[in-house]
Amino acid sequence: MHVVIIGNGIAGVTAALALRKRRRDWKITLVSGESDAFFSRTALMYVYMGHMRLQDTLPYEPWFWQERRLDRVRGWVVHVDTAAHRLTFDDGRTLAWDKLIVATGSTPNRFGWPGEDLPGVQGLYSLQDLEALERHSVGASRAAVVGGGLIGVELAEMLHSRGMHVTLLARESAYWNNALPTAEAEMVGGVIRAAGIDLRLSTELGAIEAGDHGRAAAVRTGAGERLPAQIVGLTAGVRPSLGAVAGAGLDAGRGLRVNAQLRTSHPDVYACGDCAEIVDDPERPGRVEQLWYTGRMQGEVCGANVAGEAQTYVRGVWFNSAKFFDLEWHTYGQVRAAASTRPPGERTHLWQDAARRRLLRVDTVDGAVVGMNALGLRQRQDVWTRWITEGRSMADILPRLGEANFDPEFSGKALGQAAGALREVQA
Amino acid sequence: MNRNLTLLGLVLLLVGLGTFVASLFGHALVGGWGGLALTWLPFTAGGLILAVAPYAGTTPGIKNDGIWRGTFSGRGVGAWLLGLVLTGFYCLVYWWPEHLEGAIRALDPLAQALAGGPASQWFLYGYLYTLAVTIMGARMAMRYRHNRYQLVRTASVVFFQLAFGFLVPQLLRAFQQPEFYFTYFWPLKKEYLFPNDLQGLASSGGFGVFMAFWGVAVALVATPVLTWYFGKRWYCSWVCGCGGLAETAGDPFRQLSDKSLSAWKFERWSIHLTLVAVTVVTALVFGNWALGGAWLGEASGKATHWYGFLVGSVLSGVVGVGFYPILGTRVWCRYFCPQAAILGLIQRFYSRFRITTNGGQCISCGNCSTYCEMGIDVRAYAQRGQNIVRASCVGCGVCAAVCPRGVLKLENGPVKTR
Repeated sequence: MHVVIIGNGIAGVTAALALRKRRRDWKITLVSGESDAFFSRTALMYVYMGHMRLQDTLPYEPWFWQERRLDRVRGWVVHVDTAAHRLTFDDGRTLAWDKLIVATGSTPNRFGWPGEDLPGVQGLYSLQDLEALERHSVGASRAAVVGGGLIGVELAEMLHSRGMHVTLLARESAYWNNALPTAEAEMVGGVIRAAGIDLRLSTELGAIEAGDHGRAAAVRTGAGERLPAQIVGLTAGVRPSLGAVAGAGLDAGRGLRVNAQLRTSHPDVYACGDCAEIVDDPERPGRVEQLWYTGRMQGEVCGANVAGEAQTYVRGVWFNSAKFFDLEWHTYGQVRAAASTRPPGERTHLWQDAARRRLLRVDTVDGAVVGMNALGLRQRQDVWTRWITEGRSMADILPRLGEANFDPEFSGKALGQAAGALREVQA
Repeated sequence: MNRNLTLLGLVLLLVGLGTFVASLFGHALVGGWGGLALTWLPFTAGGLILAVAPYAGTTPGIKNDGIWRGTFSGRGVGAWLLGLVLTGFYCLVYWWPEHLEGAIRALDPLAQALAGGPASQWFLYGYLYTLAVTIMGARMAMRYRHNRYQLVRTASVVFFQLAFGFLVPQLLRAFQQPEFYFTYFWPLKKEYLFPNDLQGLASSGGFGVFMAFWGVAVALVATPVLTWYFGKRWYCSWVCGCGGLAETAGDPFRQLSDKSLSAWKFERWSIHLTLVAVTVVTALVFGNWALGGAWLGEASGKATHWYGFLVGSVLSGVVGVGFYPILGTRVWCRYFCPQAAILGLIQRFYSRFRITTNGGQCISCGNCSTYCEMGIDVRAYAQRGQNIVRASCVGCGVCAAVCPRGVLKLENGPVKTR
């Protein structure tokens, strides 16, 4: 049995490891056009900023792949023939497979902005994007980043670390306000501005203008303002990268459609990670998940199913984290971003310190804790997951808030203050 | 504004360094306190300014931008030159101190004031060592001013070096007491369990008896007890002078440690072999003492001498500190220190200390592994959600500090939850 996995990101590699654990004698091949070795995509920013070298982002040494007999083939897949069980690389090579896992990840969104294909305009997702950014950074003094999400703030931090003047354009009136409630969004926006970024809220990209040498020289906002920028980062989300399987006849919508066992419309083809669209997700049919964590969890389930187990992908209590410059964010469960859509019975409780460096929010439905946001406070995942699963009340968790503390020793009494001062608010 | 400040710091440092080099060649402009002040006031002021200025005006948080591109911190030309200077200095201190005579004499006024006698190469060494720990300790505190664990820990290593690594031994000399370091124990200070040395201490009077008792009691009783409760960090990154230098002056180089599996394999052999060697040397000394030298002859003296040369001078000094800019800060502590070996064995098998990981929040970025000065592949554990229980971990807490997703936490807790 030969299993070929297209993509050696976190989803593909996790699937390979899960499969190897269950099937010691199967041949497993990881195919990637992007890189020889699995690296941490989330760490690309630290390579650019000089915190790490590229080799430091590799979670495993070369012996690891040999020991687990995971073969690696470098090349961009251009066609998948599901009838012949064969795939073709851009240089004409072919590779036969018995079962196929598609884990091709994402590609940055482009919305047909004038000038979006100019040299100097790019997204930040792949190793090739990082290499392009290094080339574009030579001699660049001003940059514009378009899109107020997690990648946008990271790209802004990266460019700023090289001494560039960075303008960050976001459509929302507060930073990432479609995911963060206003108090959090404003705190994050404050941190971005304090770091020296020119944050433009309620601002859309109109067009990207070329300079004398045909490369990007400025962005023009929707309102017509011209902002010089030799680098334009497009970070308005990502979409599934499906080029490799375009002509394969697999059922696809936003992503490659899979059932809860992560199997596509073809019985021998599976998909996991950013590129998969889970059709029969009971909570939200047609879900596409584009996080490191969901890639890992889907890869685990996918590998088990390819091995012949019947595992259903259940995401469990939601969690995520990020770092906005120096401000860390932990979230567990569901927190409603837009107060205007809050149904009766749902309440939110908020605490912020006076210096606006720490925040804790807890949402409840009919008295039971359903989610939380923490900024500037590290919080224990297993404790919050338990509280949310058990539907604990505020009165029950407040005296025990210390159990969830994950800040370094001697970090002070912020959580104690939060427990005493967490108040119900409207937004 | 930062640029002007940096320039001022650089000028002051160069004035200090220039007069220091001049004094080495016997060209002191003025003698006495004046000469001392002419070198070390500008040196200290310049060093402090250069250590702190890069962080002035920045927001509190992790400041690792450009570390791998720095000529000193990224194993560039500067790093090799600095390595050459440091190893050269250690060779002079250990084997050719006559070439340091000018700089040693320049410190005489301070040595007279503290210890009531002239300076030696060891006084010069201790003085420079303490100065490095203090100046770079200020840098460490500025870098990690958002992290109370780092602030408290840095204050602790600076205090122990300044007080017990430098001042107390000088005062002991002033009061005609035996030379004694209250923060070093067997096997790092192997003589503190040697029978002749213990007898020597005890025969010097009441305070000497206390010193002998202190050395034995901490080595045999306090060490296992404290390590049980707090892990080896209570010593290695809070008290020890070697650790103090690594955690302060060595901070710019912590990312250079080798994270490979082969380095870990080498470490487990080398550090435990050193522990065996010091145990054999101690046993020989005891045997010789018990038999009155009749049976072992000169074997114990020779063994002590060669251990002192190889481990005490070459591995802990020339290689251990001299190679900071090339191999990272904890080469001595990781590969050779017999004290770390013992503490590590206790930490691995009988301790409440561990680094816990936060569920599934790890993104495998590798900041933790990169900035682990002991070369532990922290990420390998964190990405599996496993606690980190490793003999070599000195509990510096930097992995937890640099983690961008709040995944790591140093903790003491019940052994069954490790």
